[in-house]
Amino acid sequence: MQYTEKVIEHFQHPRNVGEIENPDGIGHVGNPICGDVMELYIKIKDNIIVDVKFKTFGCGAAIASGSMLTELIKGKSIDEALEISNKIVVEALGGLPPKKTHCSVLAEDALKFAIDDYFKKQGKK
Amino acid sequence: MKKIYLDHNATTPVHSEVIKEMLPYYRDIYGNASSFHQFGQQARKAVEEAREKVVDFIGAKSGEIIFTSGGTEADNFAIKGVAYANQTKGKHIITSSIEHHAVLNSCKYLEKQGFRITYLPVDKYGLINPEEVKKAIEDETILISIMHANNEMGTIEPIAEVGKIAKEKGVYFHIDAVQSAGKIPVEVKELNVDLLSLSGHKVYGPKGIGVLYIRKGTKIQPLIHGGHHEKNKRAGTENVPGIIGLAKAIEIARITVKEEAIRLTNLRNRLWTSINEKIEDVFLHGHPQERLPNTLNLSFEGVEGEAIILDLDMKGIAVSTGSACTSGTLEPSHVLKAMGVNPRLAQGAIRFSLGEDNTQEEIDYVADMLSGIVSRLRGISPFYQKKESKDLYKGA
Repeated sequence: MQYTEKVIEHFQHPRNVGEIENPDGIGHVGNPICGDVMELYIKIKDNIIVDVKFKTFGCGAAIASGSMLTELIKGKSIDEALEISNKIVVEALGGLPPKKTHCSVLAEDALKFAIDDYFKKQGKK
Repeated sequence: MKKIYLDHNATTPVHSEVIKEMLPYYRDIYGNASSFHQFGQQARKAVEEAREKVVDFIGAKSGEIIFTSGGTEADNFAIKGVAYANQTKGKHIITSSIEHHAVLNSCKYLEKQGFRITYLPVDKYGLINPEEVKKAIEDETILISIMHANNEMGTIEPIAEVGKIAKEKGVYFHIDAVQSAGKIPVEVKELNVDLLSLSGHKVYGPKGIGVLYIRKGTKIQPLIHGGHHEKNKRAGTENVPGIIGLAKAIEIARITVKEEAIRLTNLRNRLWTSINEKIEDVFLHGHPQERLPNTLNLSFEGVEGEAIILDLDMKGIAVSTGSACTSGTLEPSHVLKAMGVNPRLAQGAIRFSLGEDNTQEEIDYVADMLSGIVSRLRGISPFYQKKESKDLYKGA
């Protein structure tokens, strides 16, 4: 598999792995029966993502994409985070093999669902 | 860094004695085996001697061996060649759902041309049931094609029983012996087969050479047209060095197969025991006993296969997945799917296939490395809970 050094580095040492207790938003994406799955937990304070954690059942590219995404959004405002697309994740990783692009989409989707979940929870308060 | 190759079902290194045997046929005896002059006749003599070695290896008769470009061509030739030559008798073929793609996709191609294919199911070990073969046979059935042993999880199919049924019913029987040859004895009379595919590079021979055994009297139509090579069955200038290499490789395999099978079984079982001791929630795919001596296919609950392979690769260990992680859907292996393996587990399947250079020291190193890798990846996985917490969950 032709992965970049950056992908390998994030695969071997993924950042922000885990879950957050009482998160402000959870994004859970992927097919529960078969295929890649990613979970993203976010903690938000004053519109800023102060903490983020992820877990994934997926290949090396999925692990690296999740890790890179968490790095890109930590400390960012919600609006800034929503600007982070899968393309930005791929660029930050120095590229992904074409058939692995879906892994970065998974990360982007997880983020969008997590933020969506945060807004829903806010609405209920 | 260590270099440990545990992917011998994908391909094997060429035996040094095989290379030695092949070399003169590139530089000194380079004649076209169809040529009349001494350059050609020397090559012809070598090709025919090589053919006799293949004859001896599988217990065939002279004249029943056709050289091809590999296992895939041999499978294509057997299936399409028999189908085209016998379509006036009928257009029904029986195969299994766990065949190699060389067989499955040849059958699918024939389906588009009006042939009907029965894809037999397998049990949880990947075994077909000979009784179901019997039931599937119709007046229109012209061919049964079943693999001798599966490439992904190593299960050995009840070929001799199917052979008996095929013979009784008068239906041609092809076996894909690409994975079994050199690992377990392969004998065409004992197995009652009419056609058999072999490949050079799975038995420490060169790539680009294979064999189709065609029992005398079998009606088959050539797929490659041109000169009068291979008794008009397969046109194209003979791959003389490849043929010499394949013959040498099986000559060696014939001598070593029994001893090597015992050694590899022990080594493979050591790997399994060691992994089982070190890692929780590991699942073995394939038949516990009726399995190739060198093959171990495992799933580690909660972890995806490619991630394990990548981690092992960083440690210099080469294995492969059972699943083809080629698309966004991560379609799991058709073999494990047919065996009814949970799709999530199937996605984590890893194939270890051992070979002649592997040592006990290597196997122990692999088990050690794997333990750390699986526990690291399980830490990232949303699907893995430790046994203790699972038990707690059950109690709740």
